[in-house]
Amino acid sequence: MLPIDVIAVLGKFGGYAVFVAIGMGFGAALEIAGFGDSRRLAAQFYLKDMTVLKTMFTGIVVAAVLIFLSSALGFLDFSQISVTQTFLWPGIIGGLIMGVGFIVGGYCPGTSVVSAASLKIDGLFFLAGTILGAGIFGESLPAFTDFWNSSFTERYLLSDWLGWSIGATLFAVVLMAIMMFYGAEKTEEFFRIKKTGGKWSWKISKRSYLAGAAVLVVTAALVWTIGQPDPVRKWSLMEGKYGGQLAARDVFIHPLEYVKTFNEASIKLVTLDLRAEEEFRKFHITGSENVKPEDVLNPEFISPLTQLPAQGVVILIADNEAVSVQAWKYLKVQGVNNVYILDNGLHDWNKLFEGKTISGKSINISSPPSEVLKLFPKDAYAPKIKISTKKRSGGLCS
Amino acid sequence: MKIKPKPYKNPYFAGALLGVVLFSAYALTHSGLGASGAISRIHVAITKLFWQQHVDMVSTFALMGAGDTNALDHASVFLLIGTFAGGMISALINGRLKLEIFKGPQISNVQRLIFALIGGLIMGYGARFARGCTSGQALSGGAVLSLGSWAFMFSVFIGGYAVAYFVRRLWAEPNLK
Repeated sequence: MLPIDVIAVLGKFGGYAVFVAIGMGFGAALEIAGFGDSRRLAAQFYLKDMTVLKTMFTGIVVAAVLIFLSSALGFLDFSQISVTQTFLWPGIIGGLIMGVGFIVGGYCPGTSVVSAASLKIDGLFFLAGTILGAGIFGESLPAFTDFWNSSFTERYLLSDWLGWSIGATLFAVVLMAIMMFYGAEKTEEFFRIKKTGGKWSWKISKRSYLAGAAVLVVTAALVWTIGQPDPVRKWSLMEGKYGGQLAARDVFIHPLEYVKTFNEASIKLVTLDLRAEEEFRKFHITGSENVKPEDVLNPEFISPLTQLPAQGVVILIADNEAVSVQAWKYLKVQGVNNVYILDNGLHDWNKLFEGKTISGKSINISSPPSEVLKLFPKDAYAPKIKISTKKRSGGLCS
Repeated sequence: MKIKPKPYKNPYFAGALLGVVLFSAYALTHSGLGASGAISRIHVAITKLFWQQHVDMVSTFALMGAGDTNALDHASVFLLIGTFAGGMISALINGRLKLEIFKGPQISNVQRLIFALIGGLIMGYGARFARGCTSGQALSGGAVLSLGSWAFMFSVFIGGYAVAYFVRRLWAEPNLK
């Protein structure tokens, strides 16, 4: 299932080769659109040539339809796609600054690379300017670091903001893009007519444009109808990928490994206790959170778990293994990293510490200190926790 | 002998190709396209050559090139190399690989290059401020429906349109084709 991680699959050099290949496609697409020509790019801002808008939004809409169609059909796991982090206000201010740079210099970073590659000296100067500008930014950042790190949300989609489903949002975006394309065509026609004195028409004369628009609308409607897979359907799609870890019991950890993790300062531990509320009230591990099994299907509950730092570990506790396994599956398919199950829940917990003392005192079993580990032989358990850091860089721009 | 450059492709066709490339980037690498990150890395790598201490000190530079870290050992740099190569090959095939300066008819070559440098500077600064360039933030983030990317995208257009009138002399009567 997509996405694959080329660097993990092909090694560093093979992976980098794939990046070069993707880059070549990117550069060629920009070049054939005429984005190596500053005059063409600048004309967008005088409404004379709307190529920038047309090409950019076609690219966005086509990619979005492909991504969410493959996700709806189960070919692609959207939770593994790295979505640029949102820093709303720094993004807006930075965008305004970039708009000014765009019209003054005639390029944006990507297009200036293509322009320089086709030996345009102005593109080369612009590119040199961006390198300098990036440096000046780094030097000046200490003056406004707080603002730069403000209004942050890890993964915040248009659909979350609107409260719509992804399919409905995609459909609306496609419709909006098509309306913008229509507006762009008519704007260009207006300027053409002003020059040549031709005749104005509200119709779109090219059949291929209508056909293209129809294909997009129908596909987006299809994506909306199928819907994005919920955790239950996602597990059935991804059982092949993760089922083995359950069968081999690689995700069940020994209570002593829990104690070790519990006391490790570098790990951000989240313990989810799936037992009934009254059981939880009688006894629970300090810092653990009592949750209902159905909570793991609630996106609002999942969202902070997917945003744990790289050193985050989630451990599940339940009376009944079927319950913890179910929760493990649903957390896993929703993109929560490093999820483990405390083997046999708390059934062995009391027994483990029975009769054990540390320097004569009995052990506080709701918050066992790391000294407990010294009471047991080193090979008392087989460690299972392997912290895997998901690539979480905000795309390639950071 | 003068080679006549071929006309540019239909913008929707180019856009569709761009969309397919962007989709493959997501499918094969988890993340989208971008250029400004690599540009920043080039800056750090150059600074490192003569002022390592400074790179270690400035937080955003240190992230990329502190100590022995090679700032250029990063996927984004290879994406940039590819972008350069792809642009060059496409320009070569289409007869557009030619040493020249694109400018509005009312300004001199030197003026154009000065404004290109200034514009680039502003753009490079803004791209770091916004944590991404037009391709990384707007295009890639837009395709996965990220709210911040859409807000960013519209602010780039607003910034451009707001200033366009005042710098119209730079571009007046752009002679397209």
